[in-house]
This record gives sequence, C-alpha cells and structure tokens, in this order.
Amino acid sequence: MTTKTKAKLNGDVLFKGLSVGSGILILITLALVSGFLLFQAIPALTGNPDAAKGDLFGYLSPLVFGTLYSAILALIIAVPLSIGIGLFISHYAQRKLGQSLGYAIDLLAAIPSVVYGLWGIMVLAPAVQPIYVWLVDNASWFPLFSGPVSGTGRTIFTVSIVLAIMILPIMSAIAREIFLQTPKLHQEAALALGATKWEMIRLAVLPYAKSGLVSAAMLGLGRALGETMAVALVLSPANVISWNLLTSTNSTSIAANIALNFPEASGLNVNLLIASGLVLFVITMFVNMMARRIVSGGAK
Amino acid sequence: MKSSFIKVAAIAATLTIALTGCAANEGNGNADLTGTINGAGSSAMGSAQEAWIAAYQTANGGVNVNYDPTGSGAGREAFFSGAVSFAGSDSSLKDEELLLTSTNCAPDSKFFEVPVYVSPIAVIFNVEGVTDLNLSSTTLAGIFKGTIKKWNDAAILAENPGVNLPSATITAVHRSDDSGTTKNFTDYLSKTASAIWDGEVSDTFPYQTGEGAKGTSGVVDAVKNGKNTIGYADASKAGELSTAKLKVGETWVAYSAAAAAKIVETSPRVEGRDANDMAVKLDRNSTDGTTYPLVLISYVIGCTDYADDEVGALVKSYLGYLVTEAAQSNAATNAGAAPLTASVREEAAAIINNIK
Repeated sequence: MTTKTKAKLNGDVLFKGLSVGSGILILITLALVSGFLLFQAIPALTGNPDAAKGDLFGYLSPLVFGTLYSAILALIIAVPLSIGIGLFISHYAQRKLGQSLGYAIDLLAAIPSVVYGLWGIMVLAPAVQPIYVWLVDNASWFPLFSGPVSGTGRTIFTVSIVLAIMILPIMSAIAREIFLQTPKLHQEAALALGATKWEMIRLAVLPYAKSGLVSAAMLGLGRALGETMAVALVLSPANVISWNLLTSTNSTSIAANIALNFPEASGLNVNLLIASGLVLFVITMFVNMMARRIVSGGAK
Repeated sequence: MKSSFIKVAAIAATLTIALTGCAANEGNGNADLTGTINGAGSSAMGSAQEAWIAAYQTANGGVNVNYDPTGSGAGREAFFSGAVSFAGSDSSLKDEELLLTSTNCAPDSKFFEVPVYVSPIAVIFNVEGVTDLNLSSTTLAGIFKGTIKKWNDAAILAENPGVNLPSATITAVHRSDDSGTTKNFTDYLSKTASAIWDGEVSDTFPYQTGEGAKGTSGVVDAVKNGKNTIGYADASKAGELSTAKLKVGETWVAYSAAAAAKIVETSPRVEGRDANDMAVKLDRNSTDGTTYPLVLISYVIGCTDYADDEVGALVKSYLGYLVTEAAQSNAATNAGAAPLTASVREEAAAIINNIK
C-alpha cells in the first residue's frame, strides 16, 4: 500500500466517522426529547385515576382538533398560492423579476413569528372583522360561517391566514425549485405537439412536480402544526370543538395552549401540558411518515 | 454658538448624572450586608419587584437580589423545596401548606406571610359614545357568563339611566392564559353574585363563552381594537380606556388606589392563623363606599427563623424595605400598585422585623 492510498483511507475513515457520529447524535437527541416527554407525561396519564382520565380525553381532544383544523385551513390557503407563485417565477415572469420576487418571499421567512402574531392582532384582525360581520349577516346559511360573529376578529380563520403567510416562503421556494427542474425535453415535446403554455404546464410540469409539491405541503403543515407564538397571541381560545370560522369561541392548538398556560402551571398541570406536547409529537411524526409514504409512492 | 451651547449642556448633564450617582450610593443602606438572595413566584408583582430590587440594590451595594416571576404556584413550590429563600404569591398559603416544611427554615420555624403588593382590577370597556358606566356585580356576572348579550339589556339600562347604550352585541374579553387576575375577578363575582356566577374560582376562566386574549396587554388590546367590548385588567394597564364603576353597598365606586388599599385594611384576616400570618380574607361584599373590593393582593412568604442566619438577615433587610412608604410609592409609580395603608405597613414591618 502506498502512502497516497493510506492518506485517502484516513480521510475516508474520518469522514465516515463524522457522518455516522452526526447520524447517531440526532437519534440520541430525538430519544432524549421523546424520553423526556414520555417520562414527564406519565403522571398525567396515570395519576388521579378518578378525575384525570375521563378529563384527559375531554381536555386533549379539542386541542388536537384545533391543532389540525388551523393547520389544514392554513394549508388550503397556502397550497394554491405557493403553486401559483412557483409557476410565476419559473415559467411566467421574466428572469430578473422572478428572482427579485423570490428574494422578497424568502424575506417573509426571516420575520419572527411573534411579529406575525402582533401584526395579526393589531392590523389583520381589526381589518377583517367587518368582513366577518358581513359574512355572518349574509352567508350564515353556510355552516362554517354561523355566528355570533367575533367582536374583535381574533378567530381561527384569522389565525389560519397568518399561518398561511408564515408557511408560504418554504412552500413556494420548494415549488419553484421543482418547477425549474422539470426536464426541458418534456416541456418542448409538449409544446411541439401543439400544447398551449397552460396545457404544457398541466401535462409536463405538474405531474413531474407532484411528489415534490406534496413534500412541500407536508413541510408547511409541520410548521403550522407546531406554530406557537402567533396562535397564542392572535386566537381567542376556548376548550371546545368548534368548526365555526368566525366566532370568539375557537379550538386552540396544542403548542399555543402550552405557551399560554405553562407560566402559571404547577404540580400535575405541568405534566398534563407535557402530555399534550407528547400528543403533538406523535401527530407530527405521523404527518411526516405519511408525507414520506406519499413521496416514495409518487417516485415509483 | 450652537455647538458651544451643546457642549455646556453635555457637561451639565454629565455632572448631574455623576452627582445623582453619588447621592444614590450614600443612601440609608446597610454597608455591612453582603450576599445574594433569590425569590420566585407571582408574576403580577414582577414589575414592582424589578423597581424594588433596583432601588434596594442602589442603597445596599453588597446585596444581590433576584426575583423570578415564574407564577405563584411555582414560586411557593420553589420555596418549600428550598430552591429560593422567599416566595411571592397571589394567594395566601392554604391550610395544608402550613403543615409543610421547607429546608430554608430552622426546625422550629413557622412561615410568615405579609401583603406587599395590592393591585386594583379595573373593568374596562369600549362602547362608542359611552364614557361612564355603572355595573353591579350581578350584571357584570351576567355579561361575562354570557347571559346578558346586548348592551341595551334591561339590567344594564336600569343601572345607567340617561346613558345612550347601543343595541350591539357585547364582546366580553377574558384572559386566555392562567392568571391571578382571573382568579380574583371570578372570586369577586362568585362571592357577590353567587346566584349567577356558578363557575369555579380559579386561575382559568371558567366558562367557554366570550373572547380570550393573552396577558393583560392582550386583553387591553382586544378591548381597545374591538367594538362594543368589555374586559378586566390590572388598573395600571387600562390606559385611556373607560372604566366601569362597581356597586359597593349603595354607592357606585370607581377604582382608585386609596379605595383599593383600604379594602385590604378593613377586610378580616383568615381565621386560625398565628400572628406572623397576615393572610387577608378579602371582604368582597364590603358595603363601605370608600372601598373597592375588586383587587388582587400579592404576599411574600418566608420563614420566621431561617436555617442560615445570613440569609435570614438579608431577607429581613430586603423585605423590610418592601413595606416602607418609599417602596410602596415606588411600586405605585413604576407598577401601578395601590400603596399599602400605614397601619398595614406597620403590622407587616413588625412581623418582618422578627425574622431571624
């Protein structure tokens, strides 16, 4: 063996050690966090057998509902927008304009969530409240719009708009990258067959990008599920399951509920809050696994 | 010309800062005391504690005081476990807590408990064209429970003759986070309007009606930015919002620092406590028109005899400062508290003076 190959080997060993070490480290961190959640949640799950268990379900189910509901609403708003933004930048805008629009959207990601929350209560909520009044007065036949309307506009729909804006940067960035990667040959073939631009996008770009778009949506969903500060600030919460979009009585999310009630909690209540955190952990893991399955299914 | 004026002004300003700095250091402090004490608990008196610590440490350069506003329950737990030397709490010790022991205390020590911070809770509202509003506790309970839905409800009109109230829906804003303010507000309603207010007295708002907002500033913000809103908040944070008068006996009483402090003086003590324990049983049903019964009291809790004498001396010195007139007016200026009346201060000072 020459010295040259030896040095190469050493580099190989070192790099392998580093990457394996990083992989193990992330697993250890995950194990520690989930161990902490489990360990701290056990008193709430087992303690007070008479009172807590019946209560536990009643306490957690509105939170789980609110977490999923607000995140899915945000996704419904953000998915079409992010696809539109991505397509505009990749296929419609001139190169320079598209680039600067891309930078502007990336900037949105740099704004801290507490600022989004303050914007939500001080600007967005008062601005949309008159619209909510109109909707309840004129469209309350639609079940989600039934009253009584919120007097301040701090409803789950307002929260979803804020969440949608917050998850837009990551989703549109991924969408843009994937649209740009669509093979030129496919696109030119579609055009050569006489397709219009819209038909070309529908036939060549969107099918190619499908699995990537799903994973973008799942990333956004993960962020919306765990968002804490903006929800805690903006939402007017109650411990109920409610589909209504425009009232003061809204289901709150797990993360926001922990942020609101942890500072003054003591004793078993702390364990109860951590137990809700464990539930959020499980939900997020489940969402991620689903996303993986969809993405790998799409790649076949 | 102009630049020389600026120079003179700058020199004058520097001199003033230097001189006041000297004066502060020569305060009536005790130069012999050195060390660090830690307290934790009530977040309601967090900003008052900041002001107190700043003033106390200026006078006593060798002492380092820390106060962690973790919440009353957590503060009491930290005190009993020995993690901090004193606790701040929005509620007095429970009977079962008196039986606990703390590693802070000498074996035969008891716990003392003195009020140091009184904050009136204001009922704030935002209704166009209305600046004065009288609300009895039964009406207030109806509004926050959701049984009174409109501003021109007969019950509100009856208490406010001549006021032009709209037929708009009431948006009642409560705290969405757990808080001692909510506990005192619900305690007031359940004691004075028990026929209507059947909800639990707790840090969490008991009903699923109305609108929740985060923190005192969140409630104030929601009331200010919303329409036809009403809420409750620490009076110091009410800002320019209109506040309602409460019915006390036969008079309508607006909140004031003096009336809030007076209810602490006139209320009876919790029964069966020893002389070191000033736990107040707030007389929410007071009929004395010079009192304002919707207040929050925060206590400091510690040992009458500390296991570590040095810690005892520091706690005695710091808490002794809290019940001076200077400290109480400091809290009034910086945290909007109602200064304790002289007789309450004297009694508290006597208890603190016995700390060993």
